[in-house]
Amino acid sequence: MPPAAPRSGDAIFASVERVNAELFTLTYGAIVRQLLTDLEEVEEVNKQLDQMGYNIGIRLIDEFLAKSNVSRCVDFKETAEMIAKVGFKMFLGVTASVMNWDADGTCCSIVLEDNPLVDFVELPDTCQGLYYCNILSGVIRGALEMVAMKTEVTWIPDILRGDDAYELQVKLLKQVPEEYPYKDDE
Amino acid sequence: MIGVGKIKQYSNILEKPLSKGKQEVSLSAFAFLFSELVQYNQTRVDNIAELERRLEDAGYAVGARVLELLCHRDKGNRRETRLLGILSFVHSTVWKVLFGKVADSLEKGTEHEDEYMISEKDLLVNKYISIPKDMGTFNCGAFVAGIVRGVLDGAGFPAVVTAHFVPMEGLQRLRTTILIKFAEEVLQREARLG
Repeated sequence: MPPAAPRSGDAIFASVERVNAELFTLTYGAIVRQLLTDLEEVEEVNKQLDQMGYNIGIRLIDEFLAKSNVSRCVDFKETAEMIAKVGFKMFLGVTASVMNWDADGTCCSIVLEDNPLVDFVELPDTCQGLYYCNILSGVIRGALEMVAMKTEVTWIPDILRGDDAYELQVKLLKQVPEEYPYKDDE
Repeated sequence: MIGVGKIKQYSNILEKPLSKGKQEVSLSAFAFLFSELVQYNQTRVDNIAELERRLEDAGYAVGARVLELLCHRDKGNRRETRLLGILSFVHSTVWKVLFGKVADSLEKGTEHEDEYMISEKDLLVNKYISIPKDMGTFNCGAFVAGIVRGVLDGAGFPAVVTAHFVPMEGLQRLRTTILIKFAEEVLQREARLG
């Protein structure tokens, strides 16, 4: 039997159970606010958000692979396309595009046209160093680590800071070859 | 050309048009996020009451904003001033917006005049949660209880709101009941209004 063709992000999003984005947005806002109160330092909050995203990413990749029928990507370019076209669509219902590749194809930007995390959000002056959506970069890093890619994900501009798009820079640090004995599902 | 067709810039969030609220995200995205909220709070407490309190706090922040949002969008800038009005607002409007359906039931407590209950067979936040035995009565519904308290408090109906599991005949899963106990002043005002 030939492998099933990968499904489009739209098709998956249409078939999964969904919830109101406002509940999601406001819940995320409540988390950020709790972190700011608990940790006090904006830097610490950025770190914690990234950690939470990482925790989500390492679990989310399973669902992604199970529902999308994506097979192993041939190169990092394909990987980035998958994240943008399928991943963002199937979980957040938003479209993203990949651009600004560097010469050797290991670094690119994922640009979000729309970001459900930031509705109703206005950053106060005291939080200027905050990467409000830092959880997303953690998710990507965690998910890619589970498919043997070490990456570094950073935010470039941020609409909340007056820039004009949400742009994540994903940089491939190294591919981790799978080592023998191959890890089976536990 | 760069900059053409880009998202419109608003210098101030208040200038942004209010969204219609029809956008959706996948349930798993919410479940993942909520589970991180629970896990994070678990690292910062040493007992269950404290954990529930922290979840409730997070919910309260959501509830306060939901009230404001819905009053602007759905109710033409008016809010309920009567007890039954606000309760049915929570049970119907708020529930429908947040969870996509009206809550299963809204009842008045039989033993106490000041108690009301909103029950839900399958509460969204409890969907993927199983409570370890050693955590006893812990209920993630505390988050929803917080949302309810946030809405009520913001509308001028201070109350103590708690979430409980209630066994139901013929159902495997426990039903979640949100118990609302209004402050005395609320009942007094209600009596005065007649």
